[in-house]
Amino acid sequence: MSNRDIHRAGVDAPSKTDKQSGVPGKTREDQPFNLIGKPFRRVDGRAKVTGQTRFADDLTFPRMVHMRIRRSTVPHALIKSIDTSKAAGMPGVLGFVTGEEMPNTFGILPVSHDEHALCMDKVRFVGDPVVAVAALTEDQAYAACAAIEVEYEVLETIASVDEAVAVPEPRIHDYGDEGNLHKKVSMEFGDLDGGFEDADVIMEDTCYFEGNTHLPMEQHATVAVPEDDGRITVCSSTQTPHYLHRSLSKVLELPASRVRVIATPNGGGFGGKSDPFNHEIVAAKMALKLGRPVKIALTREEVFYCHRGRHPVHMHMRTGFKKDGSMTAQHLQTALDGGSYGSYGVASTYYTGALQTVTYKLPRYRFDSIRAFTNKPPCGPKRGHGTPQPRFGLEVHLDKAAHQLGIDPADIRLQNLVEPGTVTANYLKVGSIGLGKCIEAVVEGSGWRERYGKLPEGRGLGLACGSYLCGAGLPIYWNHMPQSGVQLQLDRSGCVAVFCGETEIGQGSDSVLAAVVAEILGIDLQDIRLCVGDTDLTPVDLGSYSSRVTLMVGNAARQAAERARDLIAKHVAEKLEIPARQIHFADRRVFDLENPDNGMTFAEAVVVAESKDGTLGTTGSYIPPRSPGRYRGSGVGPSPAYSYTAVVVEVEVDPTTGIYDVVHVWCAHDVGKCINPALVMGQIEGSIYMGLGEAMMEEQVFRRLPKKRSPALVHRHPSLLEYKSPTFNDMPPVTSYIIEDPDPNGPFGAKEVGQGPLLPVMPAVANAIFDAVGARVDQIPIAPHMVRAALDAKEKGKEPRFGPKPGFPDVDFGAPLKVLTPDEGGDGKAENQDEAKVRKGTGTMTERKDALKDGAWKESQRENKKGGN
Amino acid sequence: MPDQMLTATLRVNGEDRTVVFPSHHTLLEVLREELTLPGTKHGCELGECGTCTVLVDGDPVLSCLVLAGEMEGHEIETVEGLQINNELHPLQEAFADLGAAQCGYCTPGILMAAKALLRDEADPSKEQICDALAGNLCRCTGYHKIIQGVQWAASKMRGDATAPPREVFYGDPLPNGGRDE
Repeated sequence: MSNRDIHRAGVDAPSKTDKQSGVPGKTREDQPFNLIGKPFRRVDGRAKVTGQTRFADDLTFPRMVHMRIRRSTVPHALIKSIDTSKAAGMPGVLGFVTGEEMPNTFGILPVSHDEHALCMDKVRFVGDPVVAVAALTEDQAYAACAAIEVEYEVLETIASVDEAVAVPEPRIHDYGDEGNLHKKVSMEFGDLDGGFEDADVIMEDTCYFEGNTHLPMEQHATVAVPEDDGRITVCSSTQTPHYLHRSLSKVLELPASRVRVIATPNGGGFGGKSDPFNHEIVAAKMALKLGRPVKIALTREEVFYCHRGRHPVHMHMRTGFKKDGSMTAQHLQTALDGGSYGSYGVASTYYTGALQTVTYKLPRYRFDSIRAFTNKPPCGPKRGHGTPQPRFGLEVHLDKAAHQLGIDPADIRLQNLVEPGTVTANYLKVGSIGLGKCIEAVVEGSGWRERYGKLPEGRGLGLACGSYLCGAGLPIYWNHMPQSGVQLQLDRSGCVAVFCGETEIGQGSDSVLAAVVAEILGIDLQDIRLCVGDTDLTPVDLGSYSSRVTLMVGNAARQAAERARDLIAKHVAEKLEIPARQIHFADRRVFDLENPDNGMTFAEAVVVAESKDGTLGTTGSYIPPRSPGRYRGSGVGPSPAYSYTAVVVEVEVDPTTGIYDVVHVWCAHDVGKCINPALVMGQIEGSIYMGLGEAMMEEQVFRRLPKKRSPALVHRHPSLLEYKSPTFNDMPPVTSYIIEDPDPNGPFGAKEVGQGPLLPVMPAVANAIFDAVGARVDQIPIAPHMVRAALDAKEKGKEPRFGPKPGFPDVDFGAPLKVLTPDEGGDGKAENQDEAKVRKGTGTMTERKDALKDGAWKESQRENKKGGN
Repeated sequence: MPDQMLTATLRVNGEDRTVVFPSHHTLLEVLREELTLPGTKHGCELGECGTCTVLVDGDPVLSCLVLAGEMEGHEIETVEGLQINNELHPLQEAFADLGAAQCGYCTPGILMAAKALLRDEADPSKEQICDALAGNLCRCTGYHKIIQGVQWAASKMRGDATAPPREVFYGDPLPNGGRDE
């Protein structure tokens, strides 16, 4: 009914008669889309406006009990004792779980399985889980939890990257590249010194991006249910049911076949529900121990401490420019404050360097990075994962370069765009690039040429661009299997059941999945029944992260649906005695393109096929194309396609106070091809919103007392009131342009839209403030006092800037991994790979080398190509 | 010490229900747990996010900040009472069609706050909508589709069938003329 409702309201109704009448003599491929590219009501739209969507905390089961986790109140300490005796005697208390009961470690990346579901002997941040208690009611569980006594032997608190560099002992973890540095990366692509020699001007900048958090409106919740056959089902607000499934199996020491994970619709994710979490595993353990369903819903404060959000990143960037604005070389250094655990951190570290090359031509590039362990909640992936920080640095840096070289900031970008089909200096294969069209749209829309640099004092425009992945080229753990799988079941009812492990986090993945299948089979969304995010019932999809769903699930769904279409077409063609290629699927009918009246309903067509072939079902899968990079670290950055965005922001700044308002945002996003433009719009507007929050106010920061007084290190404002995020009254008008530069790797050409449009917002705000008042704030978020401080400096004749002290922490990176660029005749391998330090412990790359050796990867690629992806 | 229990008859969505609950429990808790109406969500349980907004005698109230025991004799409305039988309220229609609900977690609270606004203002301005909803946080939408949804619903309720302009669904027309298709 949904799309019809919109159509009834008069919005661009596709004409029924157009749809029905196939164009004679034309093939199926020439027919217009039924659904793709038109706005339709999302398939879960009705459930969401009626309160019928069942989030994890809305689930109840007979005999269900409640669990709370006692978390560390000190940032770094050894656990001396845990005393549950007082709590055990309290009303309703049923049992406890402690760390020794689950000695196996877990973590999202195979290289950093460094978490215990409950800490064994050491706590690493305020909020680390120590012991769990279950009781009949939630109130009783809270009371008992508070009565548990834990004694600690306090260790030195490490609160920042600088402290982690300066204090190698005590180590927060007994693994990692050195001392309290979790990860140290250094790689050089091409002759960097030569590149700088070629430069006319060398620019140098230091900037800082503060951490911030996802702040989904739904707090994480989990219900674990022991089943009647001895298995365990875990319903959870997770973006990654597959990885949770693996973690549960490992920590609970149960075969994966005896564990079922159901991802409930997420009340917002933004990356914050992408890790397997301790509370999910502990709930399962408690449920198995008590033999009854166990629920835990985190408090808002706990969600702030769960975090896994944006890493605080200190950046130093040095770039050589020719007079015409082209770059000759860049050396980027990033220092990430990782918090207390690995999480996605190794990937985050590489991501702070990987995508510097996919927007503007950068022939030579060096990237150094460290990720420090500190006694704070672990950082991980938040919308843009590791790339918004260096994107901010790069786009502000370019703005400064444009000014120094006397080039318009729009032109310095337009003149140096990466060309479609390029392999970059760091071996990323770029497909379609609609960035030029994006820049032109926002430049024209905002009146940039007439207004930039010419607005009255206090008003300014800023421009910035960005690019993001459409899914990571490699899976998180090395394997040869599809990253996404879809299975269809068709029967005589005409209903098509679609099974897929994808997870709806609000972005509309269910709608994309249903729309792709409905389009190819020519049926309505209401003819489709989805079963998603269930590890028992659905083929594996790796989850809703890295903007992978539209491209990967879409391609898998397309393959499954095309196989079903071809099967049905074959049998219907036989019956109608026409060639199968002439059979078309549209308007819930299967018919002869040459003579549209010659046909039958879709349900009748299924009957024909089911009568001939028996029970009908098809599958589809997707594996991304192999990336050309062969050096260690080349696994982070490759993607089947890259989305592009350009943003212009207009600000109004009060120079006396430094208070500023964003008065308008123009955004153009190259989405390849819209599956559903209404959902694309929602993602663009939502990304702009979140980007403005990051630019102007959001920060996950910590309060520390002087060392000699206390080791305490606590969140400065773990509440929705004090953690500032934009409200209805803070959101400016947004002009959104959807640019469609179809990518050959995307389903129907589609690329991502969930993360990319956020990236340019922060630098665009900073650049606009410069245009308005001639002051630079080289850090995010930009608070009014920073604008004012930069203006103070300007008035005193100093550099009109507020930001971190120029420079980078004193870290010995040793010799970088050296990789010749494609232009220099490189083959994607490092010249000095063998000299490089061998990674300790388990490593994805070791497994990857083994996998590449046996040729299975190539095999899977050939299969994939055969499948039509 | 065992909880003090209260027995109260609450009138929710026009139906009287007698429930027993601990005296310190909020309306939010009693709605979700005793009355099996989990459509009302919790985001902070501290009155900061607006997610738990319900109507009490027609006015928006944060159900996490009122005790259920104080609610006897009042008309309580939740998202479950918004539709009439199986027909969606115009706000629900508009929100669903525009994608004003993405993850949908803040949606019940926003729908209720918007319903109260439309009771008082048949044709609210953007500023009035923003003021009325400023206490409700949404992390997904950037608020635009919600504002447009409230406006569309208001126009439907006034008997005006005009749909939002094309750019609300398709993005703005490219400034250099025509869409790139």
